[in-house]
Amino acid sequence: MNYLVIVIAAILVNNIVLMQFLGICPFLGVSKRLSTAIGMTGAVAFVMVLATIVTYLIQTAILNPFGLAYLQTIAFILVIASLVQLVEIILKKVSPALYQALGIFLPLITTNCAILGVAILTIQKEFNLLEGVVFAVSNAVGFGLALIIFAGIREHLELQNVPKGLKGTPIALIAAGILAMAFMGFSGLV
Amino acid sequence: MNQWKNFSKGFIKENPVFVLLLGMCPTLGVTSSAINGLGMGLATTFVLLMSNIVVSLIKSLIPDKVRIPSFIVIIAAFVTVVQLVMQAYLPALYKSLGLFIPLIVVNCIVLGRAEAFASKNNLLTAAVDGLGIGLGFSFALVLLGGIRELLGSGKLFNITIYSENYVTLLFVLAPGAFIVLGYLIALINQIKKD
Repeated sequence: MNYLVIVIAAILVNNIVLMQFLGICPFLGVSKRLSTAIGMTGAVAFVMVLATIVTYLIQTAILNPFGLAYLQTIAFILVIASLVQLVEIILKKVSPALYQALGIFLPLITTNCAILGVAILTIQKEFNLLEGVVFAVSNAVGFGLALIIFAGIREHLELQNVPKGLKGTPIALIAAGILAMAFMGFSGLV
Repeated sequence: MNQWKNFSKGFIKENPVFVLLLGMCPTLGVTSSAINGLGMGLATTFVLLMSNIVVSLIKSLIPDKVRIPSFIVIIAAFVTVVQLVMQAYLPALYKSLGLFIPLIVVNCIVLGRAEAFASKNNLLTAAVDGLGIGLGFSFALVLLGGIRELLGSGKLFNITIYSENYVTLLFVLAPGAFIVLGYLIALINQIKKD
């Protein structure tokens, strides 16, 4: 039951992009085509789960026992940056097909605040490792849901006759606002 | 004169939020009031100024291949300083900005300035650039926060302007952030074209 609450809260009620404003850069940057949105979602999901597991272990095995909790920010960002590099190298060797699909998105992920945000939130909410993994997976699903819906909307927006000043990012932001309004309908679900 | 131009470009011409569209997460996430926007803006300005200074000082010592990780460590160190100072002296603001304080590390503006500007310029120019871009970012955050606070709770910097009976709560909630920012960028696009 507890896990179900985490899943629903992370995907719908507190959607990471539309309600918590994490990962807005890829949300606006790679949402012009549906296919790139799906690729980005895959890469984010992969790194988010891995990063949450590794940072959780670092926090509980190294930072907490040695009283170094104040180094959390530095430690986490370094771990995530090197993890992304590592994933890139391993994927290239082990699964060239997957690398082809996710490759170009991987370097962008280091500065994706959703990854660091979920890692820190997992610690802040005092989840155990399994809850942390469930939380990371659900947030990745929530990110993908928002990104893919939004990409679909933007593909249609391209064809619309928009006033000159609103073209491009402004109209996309307003559409995102309306999408966020729709997600507000889920508040109170858990 | 040249330094003045370097300083003032951050406000309109190269405003990180309205023109370059960088650092969108904190921009949308913390601007439910003008004070939060100001706090976040000044915290980012401090990190930007200090990291620009340090990067500019040690740019010749950093091997080219590891420059990005080195920049990230420098930035993360100053973010930790801000985090600890804020926790000690401004606990209320620290609480309302929450997660977005540690997330200054991944704010693309900071790394972007270190990589594109501070690593190529001398100390004074880099410091002025950091200050200018940082204050431009603060200006954008205060503007956005002010509009949302005024429309959504009838207040400005916590001073009541009009009765709460006439507010549109939507503007302090998540959708309001996207919509107000969308219209602000549209307005600036329109002004720039004319």
